[in-house]
Amino acid sequence: MRRVMNIRPGRARWVLALLPFALILLAYMMGSAHRRAENPSDKVLPPISEMASAVHRVAFEEDKRTGQYLFWTDTKSSLKRLSIGLSVSVAFALVLGLLIGLLPVANATFSPLTAVLSMVPPMAILPILFIVFGLDELSKVMLIIIGVTPCLVRDLSFTVSSLPREQLVKAQSLGASTWQTLIRVALPQAMPRLIESLRLSLGPAFLFLISAEAISADSGLGYRIFLLRRYLAMDTILPYVIWITLLAFLLDFALAQISRRAFPWAHNAERTS
Amino acid sequence: MSALSIKNVWIEYGAQVVLERVSLEIEAGAFVAIVGPSGCGKTSFLRLLLGQESPARGTILLDGKPMPSEPGPDRGVVFQRYSVFPHLTVLGNVLLGPELEASPILGRTFGKCRRQLVERARVLLTEVGLGDSLDKYPTQLSGGMQQRLALVQALIRQPRVLLLDEPFGALDPGIRGEIHVLMKKLWKETGVTIVMVTHDLREAFLLGTRVVVFDRLRNRPEEKQRYGATISQNIEVHRRRVPGQDFHERIAEDSDRDDPVAVETTRRDDPATTH
Repeated sequence: MRRVMNIRPGRARWVLALLPFALILLAYMMGSAHRRAENPSDKVLPPISEMASAVHRVAFEEDKRTGQYLFWTDTKSSLKRLSIGLSVSVAFALVLGLLIGLLPVANATFSPLTAVLSMVPPMAILPILFIVFGLDELSKVMLIIIGVTPCLVRDLSFTVSSLPREQLVKAQSLGASTWQTLIRVALPQAMPRLIESLRLSLGPAFLFLISAEAISADSGLGYRIFLLRRYLAMDTILPYVIWITLLAFLLDFALAQISRRAFPWAHNAERTS
Repeated sequence: MSALSIKNVWIEYGAQVVLERVSLEIEAGAFVAIVGPSGCGKTSFLRLLLGQESPARGTILLDGKPMPSEPGPDRGVVFQRYSVFPHLTVLGNVLLGPELEASPILGRTFGKCRRQLVERARVLLTEVGLGDSLDKYPTQLSGGMQQRLALVQALIRQPRVLLLDEPFGALDPGIRGEIHVLMKKLWKETGVTIVMVTHDLREAFLLGTRVVVFDRLRNRPEEKQRYGATISQNIEVHRRRVPGQDFHERIAEDSDRDDPVAVETTRRDDPATTH
């Protein structure tokens, strides 16, 4: 009798992966049908058909008041905030993380600061951001930056500082200056880890994005969800949530692929099954 | 003139004396093997020569000038582990030194300059048997191949002194025999001065022109703190050198010592005697 830990799924992998999704869908449909049977005007669990027509309405018909396709306008403004926020965070993290990780002087100067800053709950300073940066785009982007950067910096500096001492000595014995060591030894070895921790930061980034949009915005995925909540418009809210999840998933997947393509050496050791 | 001149050097960590009264003259082109029990400061001594730490007392001269107190391109190094860069291919690892020299800002070269460097690297890599693995990453290589790569990587920068920290300690005995032959060949060809720390006495006497033994002369518990290790023996290794004989034949004459290099000779009833 083989141990369970040694049984590999093989071709059944796809079936197994889809099974839980199918079960959730089935459970939803049954719940929805049940509630509709009891109360024909129930809004909490709308049937799939109603969600489809709601999606059609927001995504493929112009909004009567603004003349825009709300779904795409929302997606665009949310992704814009997210991408600006994450780009700035990554830039900060690269510069600070490499410096703190490689240079003992930078480590002594900035390491305690980032340790403290990373403990500040970003949501607690959201009001400050609104006061300082106003209610428009900047404060939402700032929330993402402030929420994500400290963790990225800490993670990256830790990665760089745990490069074997031998490697740094070796680089110097090949004539590398500090700058050359930074860009030819530390940076390339930090990149896969940076992508990895960026992937882990996608969750928090979306959290900060949607929170900021919920409080103050005139478009955006989070804004729409919280707006529609007043009308109990579950037929639109649920597809929006699924869409946000899908976006996050695709971003995560894309980052993973980029890392595999660009840094194959970093993925040699991964356990495959 | 001596390539390395070490005069009355002490290493101390706080109150702990690790090395004391170490004086050693290493002539240019010598192959010095340093042996001794664990914890006798062999590796500390090598770190000293690398410039990773400074002596508490004494001076070190490299080609008659005070040695810089940080690692530099005049002193190449091969460690037991982590000597090659995991993010660079075999070719990339070897190119790194020349590229850093050629391009201070980017640390990379392009076009004609790069092609020249690649050609030189390819020749050297083929010579050590890595010609077919140019695009592999170090994790895809065996331990022996990684150390060969590390040797080429260090030597292409043409250091004055090559420092080896138990470079072959983690290899299988058979592989070690092969790499000894290669090491000797590279040493002869480049004429580089080598200082090697090793655990393996046979390796020391096989490769070294001089074997230096580090030991603690006072080892009672109450003395351990204040007395460090020092050079207890400094042995000139004599080897029969008959003019006109080439390197392999000379090695063959040494084979009364049962050393792994004997694999290369034709006297053994070895299936590979065809050459």
